[in-house]
Amino acid sequence: MARNRQRNRQQKQYPRLTHPLVRDSVSGELRRASWDEALSRAAAGFRAVTAAHGPDAFGMFSCARATNEMNYVAQKFTRVVIGTNNVDSCNRTCHAPSVAGLSAVFGSGGGTSSYGEVEDTDLIVMWGSNARFAHPIFFHHVLKGIHNGARMYAVDPRRTSTAEWAESWLGLNVGTDIPLAHAVGREIIHSGLANRAFIEHATTGFEEYAAHVEPWTPSVAEKVTGVPAEAIRDLAHAYATAERAQLCWTLGITEHHNGTDNVRALINLSLLTGHIGRYGCGLQPLRGQNNVQGGGDMGAIPNRLPGFQDILDPPIRSKFERAWDVVIQPRYGLNLTEMFEAMEAGELRAVYCVGENPAQSEADTEQAVRRLESLEHLVVQDIFLTRTAELADVVLPATAGWCETEGTTTNSERRVQRVRKAVEPPGEAREDIDIICELARRLGHDWKFEGAEEVWNELRDVSPDHFGMTYERLEEHQGIQWPCPSTDRLEPTYLHSRLWESDPALRGPLAPFGPVKHDPPVDLTDDAFPIRLTTGRRLDSYNTGVQSGGFASPLRRGEYIELCPEDAARYRVEAEERVRVSSRRGSVVAPVWIDPGLRPGLAFMTMHFPDEVDTNSLTIEANCPIAGTAEFKASAIRIEKIPVTAVRS
Amino acid sequence: MTAIPLRPPRRLVDLTLDGEPVRAPEDSTLLDACRAAGKDIPTLCQGDTLTPKNACRVCVVEVEGARTLAPACSRRVEQGMEVRTDTERARHSRKVVLELLASSTDMSTTPRAAEWIEEYGAEPDRFGADAARVDEEPKVDNDLYVRDYDKCILCYKCVDACGEQWQNTFAIAVAGRGFDARISTEHDAPLTDSACVYCGNCIEVCPTGALSFKTEFDMREAGTWNEAAQTETTTVCAYCGVGCNLTLHVQENEIVKVTSPHDNPVTHGNLCIKGRFGYQHVQNHAQNRD
Repeated sequence: MARNRQRNRQQKQYPRLTHPLVRDSVSGELRRASWDEALSRAAAGFRAVTAAHGPDAFGMFSCARATNEMNYVAQKFTRVVIGTNNVDSCNRTCHAPSVAGLSAVFGSGGGTSSYGEVEDTDLIVMWGSNARFAHPIFFHHVLKGIHNGARMYAVDPRRTSTAEWAESWLGLNVGTDIPLAHAVGREIIHSGLANRAFIEHATTGFEEYAAHVEPWTPSVAEKVTGVPAEAIRDLAHAYATAERAQLCWTLGITEHHNGTDNVRALINLSLLTGHIGRYGCGLQPLRGQNNVQGGGDMGAIPNRLPGFQDILDPPIRSKFERAWDVVIQPRYGLNLTEMFEAMEAGELRAVYCVGENPAQSEADTEQAVRRLESLEHLVVQDIFLTRTAELADVVLPATAGWCETEGTTTNSERRVQRVRKAVEPPGEAREDIDIICELARRLGHDWKFEGAEEVWNELRDVSPDHFGMTYERLEEHQGIQWPCPSTDRLEPTYLHSRLWESDPALRGPLAPFGPVKHDPPVDLTDDAFPIRLTTGRRLDSYNTGVQSGGFASPLRRGEYIELCPEDAARYRVEAEERVRVSSRRGSVVAPVWIDPGLRPGLAFMTMHFPDEVDTNSLTIEANCPIAGTAEFKASAIRIEKIPVTAVRS
Repeated sequence: MTAIPLRPPRRLVDLTLDGEPVRAPEDSTLLDACRAAGKDIPTLCQGDTLTPKNACRVCVVEVEGARTLAPACSRRVEQGMEVRTDTERARHSRKVVLELLASSTDMSTTPRAAEWIEEYGAEPDRFGADAARVDEEPKVDNDLYVRDYDKCILCYKCVDACGEQWQNTFAIAVAGRGFDARISTEHDAPLTDSACVYCGNCIEVCPTGALSFKTEFDMREAGTWNEAAQTETTTVCAYCGVGCNLTLHVQENEIVKVTSPHDNPVTHGNLCIKGRFGYQHVQNHAQNRD
């Protein structure tokens, strides 16, 4: 077997956009334009589409990479200038199920504890999370915890570099998280380790949950998940008997067609044991983008107003209607996934895409590109000419939120932190908020903000969770975690301590168990497509590689189809050999990498090098019905040797 | 299962520094107490995010009743302690430490070294022209880091940051004995064949510039590195959702170095390869095809 050889690969480098671009006809090329021309065209297109088809023919893709302030203005543009709730961002492709699951149980979509608490906990479960690669500095806190004596369990189909630090690695079959969680829950109940006092005090639906998990004996779960019954028992006892325990997850839980159910299955375990609402205990979904938490908090999602306040709540809606002097549609807008479906149906005809690259980041990219091409009017605002921008009618050059603007972002532990301008943007690039305000002005709304702080203060006035966070205090405390309703005190670092209150009024709504059912991945493996493909990130690269391709990483080695040694032998392929990888939707050619951390029947690819190998042409657009997240983590593929046609010299 | 005990709140203890009464939290070090009292004690191997290693001895002070000088960076405060920071004996010790280090290594990029050498009257040349020196060429084996062991004072901070105190990658350790001791990868392999993950957390703690970012190294070679013309702006990383704080060092509108505040609750001064080096994409200023 040939050895894997590291190749120091340079990736496609995207030059910064320095001036606006417009397209004169459907078949024409993008050409340079003045700001005035580009903005007028962008506005005219939106005006024409909404005049002819109503405001719901418009969709806003807001940016999980931009500041809270930009997201606030983008959703306000959507709701006030256009008059629809069709605003969403790429949180849909990653953690929307976490937000949906957590808010259904606790009324709030944020992770419940803080990084520092991981250092003071007794047990850490990393479920579907290779944080060592994907969230390296969070993993520093985990490592501190381990050195302090905490035990860590890793649940992941792959034996990842996170799993290398675990007390025990539970290598489950892709898409069997619910059976495993249910078996852990059943074992806790049957061993008498359920926290009965907490269950009676703070939860509802326990009996139904207990009945639901009853069939999942450790041995039945072993058959379905592939995890030895003894390891399941061990995890159950460790989690239930720990004084404090943290349950952390990432996209291994959420990027499934039933991602929200997966999240509920994990939350059930915290309710069963009372590992919630106390210091050192909690649930931590690790967010994948710098401001994917903040984008949702700012209302750049179709069902929530700023401050994560529900659109369907009449007093909340009327508060915003007074503040903005507008009528807000009393129903949820379309999420990103639904917007793509509405393009297909011809209902969504104009899109304003800020800093997103759905032409490469959506599952089943061919379909995504076709749908974007069918739009009457596409305006893309970005720092690069991405694949999505290449499809646009108008391209507006923006600033890089994190280093060319002032503002704030919100991290995975709900900490709002200041982003500051360190460099001048190139060419004619302008700040996102400026550009949106220019468009608003052309569409009849004379908006003017004297900088990001004014936007933030407007947000503070309508969002109780952010009211106490002045820029001055954010600076003083190196960021403040929400909720922060008061300007003169800080709240605890963890959420939901109310569940432990003895006064029912203070305790608030009880937390419901989620009686969720196992539902295997949509894309079944069979004789034609016998291998399960799962996708993920590497340490030095990021998402579609537009950002991370810019620096010379000695670790970068391009895209591979990663196989275990057993499968490589079975399909008679060697390391570095280029093979054809096919799913029911598409086919790519990629070289083979041998990873002994994979199990037979399981292959791995990243989505970092879409210009070389378009992994997402293989993945399935099978969406979570609650949160709309696609099942990136489970496709069925086959591997074929490429016939040698050339004569070797 | 055993519960990991949480720390109780810290009490304050009373001690005197150069005759002045001060109060300091229990478990804090003499150095913490000195700095809180505005006393400027030189340090090299001490790191605000690391466990003291007591390697350089440049921070020694006199503790009343103790036989030997105490390293202020690691000695904890005690109730009733009487500490003198500027005695003849302490000053002499610091002078000799500086002389020994500066005679064998290149301290030209060590912040404040020249100032201390002058303050303590150190004469690194007094060991003569034959005094042993490291004299090694800088190791440039990748596009991100340079290792110039000519400047290394063997303080072990990089080893601790790479090892169990922060990064837990264990790519480097001390190899060799005596004067031949060096910080080394396994079998002295190039960094690209080592366990290194290019987080740069070793560079973040290096006190002498022995470890440096290639951007800084190249600019110093070209004579264009100018800290006086640089701005430092702290912002938030643009990659994953952990929210690491980055301090961008900018010279002539180009990011030339990235560090992280050591007191930041998210990072404690640590970053990963993306946060540390992944800024280049904003600087690709080539004009677009029209």
